[in-house]
Amino acid sequence: MSRRFGILYSVAVIALAAGGAAAVAALVLWAIGASPAATFAVILTGPLQDLFSVTEVLVRAVPLILVALGVAISFRSGILNIGAEGQILIGILAATGVALAFPQLPGAVLLPLCLVAGAAGGAVWGGIAGVLRARLDVNEILSTVMLNYIAAQLYTFMLRGPMIDPAELMTGSGTPQSMRLPRAAWLDRLVPGTRIHTGLLVALALTGLVWVLLWRTTLGFRMRAAGSGSKAARYAGIPVERSLVVAMLLAGGFAGLAGAIEVQGVHHRAIEAISSGYGFAAIVVALFGGLHPLGIVPAAVFFGLLLVGADMTQRSAGVPANMILVLQGAIILAIVSARMYLYNPYARQRAWKLVSRLGAPREKGAGT
Amino acid sequence: MQELRLEGITKRFPGVLACDRISLEVRRGEVLALVGENGAGKSTLMNILAGLYQPDEGRILVDGEPVHLASPADAFDLGIGMVHQNFMLVPSMTVAENVALGMKSLQRGIRLDLREARRRVVEVSAHHELPVNPDAPVWQLSVGEQQRVELVKTLCLGARLLILDEPTSALTPQETDDLLDRLKRMMAELSIIFISHKLNEVKALSDRVTILRQGAVAFSGSTASQSAAELAALMTGREVVLPRNELSGTPGREVLSVRSLRVRGDRGHLALDGLDLAVRAGEILGLAGVSGNGQRELADALAGLRPVESGTVHLDGAEITGCSPREIIDRGMGYVPEDRHHEGIVAPFSVRENLVLKDFATRRFSRLGVLRPGEIQRNAAELRERFDIRCSSTAVAAGTLSGGNIQKVILARELVRGPKALVAVYPTRGVDMGAGEFIHNQLLALRASAVGILLVSEELEEIMNLSDRVAVIYKGRILAVVPSGEATREGLGLLMAGVTA
Repeated sequence: MSRRFGILYSVAVIALAAGGAAAVAALVLWAIGASPAATFAVILTGPLQDLFSVTEVLVRAVPLILVALGVAISFRSGILNIGAEGQILIGILAATGVALAFPQLPGAVLLPLCLVAGAAGGAVWGGIAGVLRARLDVNEILSTVMLNYIAAQLYTFMLRGPMIDPAELMTGSGTPQSMRLPRAAWLDRLVPGTRIHTGLLVALALTGLVWVLLWRTTLGFRMRAAGSGSKAARYAGIPVERSLVVAMLLAGGFAGLAGAIEVQGVHHRAIEAISSGYGFAAIVVALFGGLHPLGIVPAAVFFGLLLVGADMTQRSAGVPANMILVLQGAIILAIVSARMYLYNPYARQRAWKLVSRLGAPREKGAGT
Repeated sequence: MQELRLEGITKRFPGVLACDRISLEVRRGEVLALVGENGAGKSTLMNILAGLYQPDEGRILVDGEPVHLASPADAFDLGIGMVHQNFMLVPSMTVAENVALGMKSLQRGIRLDLREARRRVVEVSAHHELPVNPDAPVWQLSVGEQQRVELVKTLCLGARLLILDEPTSALTPQETDDLLDRLKRMMAELSIIFISHKLNEVKALSDRVTILRQGAVAFSGSTASQSAAELAALMTGREVVLPRNELSGTPGREVLSVRSLRVRGDRGHLALDGLDLAVRAGEILGLAGVSGNGQRELADALAGLRPVESGTVHLDGAEITGCSPREIIDRGMGYVPEDRHHEGIVAPFSVRENLVLKDFATRRFSRLGVLRPGEIQRNAAELRERFDIRCSSTAVAAGTLSGGNIQKVILARELVRGPKALVAVYPTRGVDMGAGEFIHNQLLALRASAVGILLVSEELEEIMNLSDRVAVIYKGRILAVVPSGEATREGLGLLMAGVTA
């Protein structure tokens, strides 16, 4: 069986899963009286009509890529990080805190310092779950979800209390948001007049780095071994517990960095609802991208498209943007169900036999 | 049922011809042995008989009438009962409850008639001389007793044709003899298809034998007319000479010494209770024993995977008690673990990656934390050749290989590291004869290069063929150490059962 067939097979399974999810979503749309075809058309093509919308898709894709990279690292290492949402918030708080504490620093220092602070904040938050799992065998799904609640409350508390913009208190409007970050901490805009920022380049660079980390370094080898066969890894002398902690530190770090980049690149201040569910959507992105960095980028762009498209359907087709959550849920279910076919070598083998029997005469012509 | 015939049974799986026009028959009061290497088609054929698979061609006749087995229930109705190699019993339930599990006739609405189940168990076990206590919870029973429960269960369900899939694989020699005796006595009113790797048992029990090779019948005829060696040759298609330890050379210093080792098992009991053992360079010490007497805990403790309560372990003179698995590996301990699928390899990893599972961080395979894929691939190509690992490419997931090939991957990885001592646990369990022969040869070659080997096995033949000395483990202690020249099957069997003369 060729490697090429393996990739084609995975793509086909994922496409089928996406089709299944779309069918479910169509059913729901039909049930609420909207036209599925029109809605899908708006979601999928609306954001591609003008430059601004296209850049907005990328703006959404940046945090999705970053968080999904971390999720992929953790999943591949055998620890399921559901806590990205909380880690993002802690990353935002850390980056904002550093930026507001040292406003006089030059940009060349302040900007990277804030990014590092964000990553460190997320890493600590993720690391807690990692240590709990490694030391006390606390289920990481439980701990990361709980840490999400704590982070959300901490975030709200900080924005309403210690970190609130003094101007809000003076005018009495009391909007829970921080002061504006000093300009030195802002990420540059890539295209004037849009919101797309240099964070995109950071995300793409890190995509390559994560690929190298997972498949070309001893650290990645250890983490993947611990994730794919913890028992055999232990027998081979690989410290599985340590690798779990490292994986959670990295996963949290990526989420925290995503938060920092979001605040430094888009909003320039910490506001409520800044993450808008990126932490959860990114899990779908990571699974949709086959937990592979090179799959994550297109998956993130696709989900960015869905998010922007959903806003448009609300305006133009009168379909609530929350519908996109239904679609997301359906996609998660479809992907999780498809995993059995993705990772089952026998199913793959069967498909290979089927294809080689059907396509034997045409195989050369089809180029596979 | 007087007679069961299979005629021209053919079953194809995508790309594989699992059964190729197989015919066989078994009559009432007769034992048919079905032998063949792994992948010869035995399981497929038996799954067809059990109603799990449908044949593509061919037919099944019961007393001359063609029957269609569309489901396991159909097979059961005809009186075909299968006893699986791995017991299908619920440990927390009693014997009678386990029997009742499969009996629809005991259901009275939502109530289960356990008294009737108990009565049937008592009746069947008395009739067939298979003593079992219907009220004992299964977890309290020995492996031999559980085997009897499986038989009683199948008979209670009305089986007249018993299919026994490697029924002796977990039994002591005494339990095996006892089982074969009982089966012989039961034969008069039943038919038995006996699947086994162990040709001496085939010789002892069966009237006729059908040998499968690569999905087709290679031989069918009376058992008495063939010697065990001839059967082996028919099975593999070539002469198989299981290598023997010539007992040449003199063992050197102690490379592995274990003193008064106490280790707890998973359930918190003392699995090793003051165990002493010494393996010298250039010798194979066979550790015989019924599985579950502390072998697993000993192997784990030697590899640093299980905490040591008290006692010491020395590897080549240096104490390794309480060291991490990594430190023990780096000091030259090789380990072929019991569960090759989960402990020996990372199944989704490629063969290539598995071959460097312990060495990826060495200078040969990585620099400054960055792997060297070219070197890893070269290593795999070399070992694949040297150890005859059969795979389409070293990039395929190791978990997709056959048991024998997985074992070769593990052995290759361990041997090229140049260990001072090697612990091999059940190295040939479930692998076919060809792979077994290869593995035995490798172990003997390793012995010749002055490595000390601890060979844990429950196969007396393997132990007696390969070992310089045989230690018998029973309930966490070494009961006796016998030079292999003086060891006999009977003597070891008694020791394995805990009997010291």
